[in-house]
Amino acid sequence: MKLFKNILESVKPHFVDGGKLEKYYPVYDGFATFLFTPGHTSHSGAHVRDAIDLKRTMVTVIFAMVPALLFGMWNAGNLHYGALGLAETVGFWDKFLWGALKIVPMLIVSYGVGLGVEFIFCIIKKHQIQEGFLVSGMLIPLIMPIDIPLWMVAVSVVFAVVIGKEVFGGTGMNILNPALTARAFAFFAYPTYMSGDKVWINTSAAEGQSVVDGFSGATVLGSYATGGEVGYSTMDMFLGFIPGSIGETSTLAVLIGAAILLYTGIGSWRIMLSGLIGALAMGLIFNTFAEYAISPEQQSFMAVPAWQQLIMGGFAFGLVFMATDPVSAAQTDKGKIIYGFLVGFFAIMIRVFNPAYPEGIMLAILFMNVMAPLIDHYVVQGNINKRKKRLATVKAA
Amino acid sequence: MAEVQEVKKERESLFSKNNRKLISDPLNDSNPITVQVLGICSALAITVKLYPALVMSISVLFVLAMGNVVISLMRNLIPNRIRIIVQLVVVASLVILVDQVLKAFVYDVSKELSVFVGLIITNCIIMGRFEAFALGNGPWKSFLDGLGNAFGYAWILLAVAFFRELLGSGQLFGFQIIPESWYLSEGGFYSDNGMMLLPPMALITVGIIIWVQRSRNTELIEEN
Repeated sequence: MKLFKNILESVKPHFVDGGKLEKYYPVYDGFATFLFTPGHTSHSGAHVRDAIDLKRTMVTVIFAMVPALLFGMWNAGNLHYGALGLAETVGFWDKFLWGALKIVPMLIVSYGVGLGVEFIFCIIKKHQIQEGFLVSGMLIPLIMPIDIPLWMVAVSVVFAVVIGKEVFGGTGMNILNPALTARAFAFFAYPTYMSGDKVWINTSAAEGQSVVDGFSGATVLGSYATGGEVGYSTMDMFLGFIPGSIGETSTLAVLIGAAILLYTGIGSWRIMLSGLIGALAMGLIFNTFAEYAISPEQQSFMAVPAWQQLIMGGFAFGLVFMATDPVSAAQTDKGKIIYGFLVGFFAIMIRVFNPAYPEGIMLAILFMNVMAPLIDHYVVQGNINKRKKRLATVKAA
Repeated sequence: MAEVQEVKKERESLFSKNNRKLISDPLNDSNPITVQVLGICSALAITVKLYPALVMSISVLFVLAMGNVVISLMRNLIPNRIRIIVQLVVVASLVILVDQVLKAFVYDVSKELSVFVGLIITNCIIMGRFEAFALGNGPWKSFLDGLGNAFGYAWILLAVAFFRELLGSGQLFGFQIIPESWYLSEGGFYSDNGMMLLPPMALITVGIIIWVQRSRNTELIEEN
């Protein structure tokens, strides 16, 4: 720590007013405040003193995602060697290492490109660096398929940061969740690398290896959407031994993350709970009306027990880490309940009714992100009207 | 408006400063698409490839310039109450003319543009220029104004189409620009951006042009 402090102190003169690199002060400030608590205090207005700030919030969310990330690394390796028929012979650490070698470069690209774009905008706009990208940079690799080329990750990140965030004024002003903006962009721009049954498991075989007979790389949702056989047990789905985006497969790992977010009070329990109820509600409606489905594939999908919908696909991951994004979700307490409910409701509806978009949670969250200000508006208006009415009755009495 | 009086009576040279401004202004500071936000629907619909966008631009150029001249010549004859109908008749006849020419000479493009040629009639830029300019100014000035606005429309269309065709299908005017060997299917690393072919990306591209334009000229930024 002393070392960092010394380095910072020694380069500081270059960045302050009159220094050679004055223009790049935001970069210096960003690094300095990332490493150390700033030595200056605010001088005007009222300020709340609290142990938690934006950076610490972000870091907590990142810690909450670590279980999903680590499991994703192992699972990627496990599926890869499983496809080659070597799942039994290859050890735990080899699987983990294989996954890490695929996923760490994605993380580096995601953070490097995203923070690079943020730095550029800070210098152009001459404001301080906001650390909003810390979480997005971690989320983006977790919601991508294992086989996606790195440059596609980079392009999606640039799109998400520029069009999803900087256009609206930077961190805290974005309408849409940046990580999901990146995924939606990649999904529509490079559909062959983002959907189907080829992209979720890496099947590149080294010399002397070959893909086992009867191998299928389809996700659980993909199998249901196309009426295929689902070869995974409920326990597999819950623990996450299934193909899917890197970090989303294990409901257990997501639940650990959810516990961290709820315990620290960073994630909104209202959104998570009402989202869960919304998804169950839609699932039960489907169960009731399954016999009226228009096709046999849809019928089998609609008949999936409502609780099982919760552990398939990215529903849990999206609801815990992305629907609860404090910027793009509804802000009012009542609004959060409505917002969460509709996220869950639409997520299940989209994945069942639209086989082309098996991953409904992405589109459901983005859709509700757009609707969140509207929900807030009516909640606030409703409250105003209620108090007006109360005032009128008090005056009349 | 019909009641607008011609202010300038003394003779002006054909390319005086004011007349040149009629052409140059719509290219930037009063661009019909990015500043007045007119004619957006066709800008989103036919900018997937450059060639149809070019044909569309030329069609609009013809209709707008000719229509402006015709309306300007008739401006003192048109009763104020029915001026919209008269304008519609003029623009409809010109559009039918363009449509027939396109069908005769560039049938493929005509099919591709389909309904959007007919929809030039309802293009807000054209009615807007008739109302705001041709009804109150002489034929030469109206002609220049028509040209200017059509060029303003055209360059946005072509700029959007350039990026959409280049990034969306790797081509320009139908010629392959991105080398075939770069594609993943050929063992390379590249893949076309499918989203560029979808209308939302046209909207975003126009948005980026508006963004760049307004950060260069901050006077264009509206008050909230």
